[in-house]
Formats: sequence, structure tokens, C-alpha cells
Amino acid sequence: MMPRFAAGDVVSVKRGSPPGHFRTPAYIQGKTGRVAALCGVFPNPESLAHGGDGLPEQPLYRVEFAQSHVWDGYRGRADDKLLIDIYQHWLEPAGDGEVT
Amino acid sequence: MTELHEGHSHPGMEEDGLGYYARRAQAIETLLVSKGVCTGDEIRQEMEFTASRSPADGARVVARAWVDPDYKARLLAEPAAALAELGYPLPDTTPQLAVVENTPEAHHLVVCTLCSCYPRMLLGPPPDWYKSLAYRSRAVSDPRGVMREFGLEVGDDVAVTVLDSTADLRYLVLPRRPAGTEGMEEAELARLVTRDSMIGVTEARSPAVATPGG
Repeated sequence: MMPRFAAGDVVSVKRGSPPGHFRTPAYIQGKTGRVAALCGVFPNPESLAHGGDGLPEQPLYRVEFAQSHVWDGYRGRADDKLLIDIYQHWLEPAGDGEVT
Repeated sequence: MTELHEGHSHPGMEEDGLGYYARRAQAIETLLVSKGVCTGDEIRQEMEFTASRSPADGARVVARAWVDPDYKARLLAEPAAALAELGYPLPDTTPQLAVVENTPEAHHLVVCTLCSCYPRMLLGPPPDWYKSLAYRSRAVSDPRGVMREFGLEVGDDVAVTVLDSTADLRYLVLPRRPAGTEGMEEAELARLVTRDSMIGVTEARSPAVATPGG
């Protein structure tokens, strides 16, 4: 599968709780961040975990979020960050490109 | 894998002396072998490989990066190749290792909020606290508070970045070289590199710490 996003793109994390195994923690779902890097293309763990072949493979991105956006009342600097690895099928382009 | 639980006592142990999780692991191992997914020998080799690595291996890598800027650049850009140079060839499979550098302006710490992902291929098994629900939930939402509990006060002049290793990469923090170590040799420096500093919850040990009040 071709990477849909590139470093610098503003993306939102989809919400969902599919049955079985997935690697997108609830706390980051619905949040908006910026792609820091494409980490590579990997077999889909949601398929592998249940005996599947992991296909189609999924591009994996390191996505950067502002901690103050992720957590209400975050105690730290305004530019403290969270970097988290998220597979492409959990990401969508952010509507207005704004990262709060 | 009965040896994992030797010497422990578990409530609810069955007559064979195994607790719930040991029995479960044994059942999974039996199934993997009987279904031909892998051999018992491969499982044993994998366990031996992980157990053969320890924070001392990571410390050697960090100390080399401190004394050799070219090596540091290679370690950050191509970690697998740089580790192979020091005699730590990594399996050519996922997960892959990535290295992040702490600087005077930017501090990193690593957590796996989903489970216990950890750079086992270099540091060996993670400490128990790393797998605890308390660390996994608090490190990501209040990293400065967690580091304070580890004895590290990160000032407002330093940005904190948390890395949540949810997928196919494992993160090693390259801690800052402590002040007052200018004349030290690589092997001495390696003794200042702690496991916790490579997770990012502390800094590397100061050479002055050995002196009370220093």
C-alpha cells in the first residue's frame, strides 16, 4: 500500500474500537497532530494477531501531538510533545489543517 | 518454560507447581510447536537471545556515541548498522530499533501505553515498573511528574517529548553525557549509563554522585 501522508501533513486519528487487537490507544483517538516521519511499511498487526497474513501492509507513521491538546490540564510546557506510531488506516487528513 | 517461575510462590498453583500464566505460556508453546509455527528449539534460542542482552550492552553503545561524534551520527541515522559495528547484530525482523537523543533543550522518555514494548533486543527484559499500569498511564499524561518521582526535575527551559511505542519500533534514549566527564575513558563512561537513563526517566549518573553531597 502506498503511503498516503508525508512528513508535515496534519492528520486526525480516527475513532474506533474494532473487535480484536488494535494498536491505536483510546487516548489519542479523535486527536489532531502532524506527521513527523514515515517509519516504513509493515504487515497489519490487527490481522497478524488473529492468524491473518497482515495484508495489505500498512504504512506506519510517527505522529507528533501537542501534549496540551491531548490532555486537559496538562502540566508542562506548551510545546511539550507526544510522539506515537500510528498505522495509516487509522489516520485521515485533518479538516482545516489546524493543530491545536 | 517452567524456569521462569521457579522460586516464586503463586496463590492458586496447581499440583505441578505452575501458576496460571506459566501454565498458559506452556499451553501456547505446545500449540505453536504442534501446529508447526515454530520449533521448541527456536523458542529456546529466542529466549536465550533476549536474556543475553542487558543494560550494560546499551551502556556500551551510549558511551561510544559520547566519545565518537561520527558513531553517534550513524547510531541516530542507521541504528541497526551502528549496533552491528559494536557486535550487536539485530534480527532482520520487526520490531526495529530507533534512537532518540536527549539534548540540553529536549528531553525524551519512552513508554508503551498498550503493553510493555521495550528495546529488548539491546537492553534485555524491561523492569517491572515499566510494565505497571501506573507507569504506562502516567508517563504519557504527566511525564514531568513521573520523572520528578524518579528524582529528575526537568526545568522549564527543556521541552519534554514522550514516545509511545505502540507499533513496530522500539525506542532507545541516548542520554546526555554528564558534566565533569571530559577526561573519562569509554569504559568508565559506560558505568554512568543506567537502564533508567536509556528509558529517559532519569539522566545518566553524574561522576560526582559517588561523593556524598557532591
